[in-house]
Amino acid sequence: MKSRAYADPYIAGVGIGLVLLAAYAVAGRGLGASGAFSTVVAAGTVAVRGHGAAASPAVAPYLSGGILHDWLVLELCGVALGGFLSAWLAGRFHFAVERGPHLGVRGRVAASVCGGVLMGIGAKFARGCTSGQALTGGALLSAGSWLFIAGCFATAYLLSPVARRLWR
Amino acid sequence: MTVEWAASVLGLAFGFCLERGGLAFAPKLAAQFYLTDLTVFKVMFSALLTAMLGAFWLDKLGLMDLSQVAMPETFVLPQLVGGALFGAGFLIAGLCPGTSCVAAASGRLDGVAAIAGILAGVAAFNSAYGWIAPFYASTARGAIGFPELLGMSHGLGVALVTAMALGGFWAAERIERSRA
Repeated sequence: MKSRAYADPYIAGVGIGLVLLAAYAVAGRGLGASGAFSTVVAAGTVAVRGHGAAASPAVAPYLSGGILHDWLVLELCGVALGGFLSAWLAGRFHFAVERGPHLGVRGRVAASVCGGVLMGIGAKFARGCTSGQALTGGALLSAGSWLFIAGCFATAYLLSPVARRLWR
Repeated sequence: MTVEWAASVLGLAFGFCLERGGLAFAPKLAAQFYLTDLTVFKVMFSALLTAMLGAFWLDKLGLMDLSQVAMPETFVLPQLVGGALFGAGFLIAGLCPGTSCVAAASGRLDGVAAIAGILAGVAAFNSAYGWIAPFYASTARGAIGFPELLGMSHGLGVALVTAMALGGFWAAERIERSRA
């Protein structure tokens, strides 16, 4: 099956903006992603190390409601399902490792994991990621969210020549 | 509709829009940083603009109470440093946490690898929390907007972001055309 072209980026963006606005109105909060990872890690920590680990100040805030009642975990499950539906309907669902023209599959997987580790740590320090800080907090004009946006893009552009072999 | 259902439905729409815009395809996201495809900026800032202007005007018209929406708290240095670490990771992985999930859900194994990395990063942060905690809690400013911090009205902040985004869209179109 031939895959369809992507939607216009401005239309996709307005769509996301309306979803975010609906979240503000319905739930009094915005969208997010990294917070769900925190909840999953906290639940995993307790499962592996036992209930004694639940008192740790790093995980305790993420154990309040139970993983299947957590707003961000449910939201992120929805994100995955929505992404799958869109890709499948557009004929874009297939198994692949997407990478730059000069990078092998192993190198790309390793880079993905390393980038993920940095994002995990960074999102913890920042108390959110591109969804919870840049979009949700950015649209509310939160000072910290705009500091996050500045730090994120400035660093990515600054390091882009060093990372050139990954993508060009 | 319970709030839990709302979370899943809103997430579904969010993920659908991200994939539609091409943000499950890592090389397209990374191209943002080489200025050959500015889709990330366009999607992100048209979303931010829509939500910001929508919330501002619904609040002005009395249809929504913006003070009831949870504003993320500001921690100046941790958020700058966190943003920098995050930006480096975003460049290397070509995906962010939300788009990693969309990439994985559309069959892309680089998305799965990024998810594994994020989980490991969060776990590493938690393990080191004891000695990270003082910095993590430092330079706290509470839930404050940048207009308030700079002594301007919220409306002026909204106008400035709008002008910056529109200028950015104009520049993005020019840059893409010049590199085509």
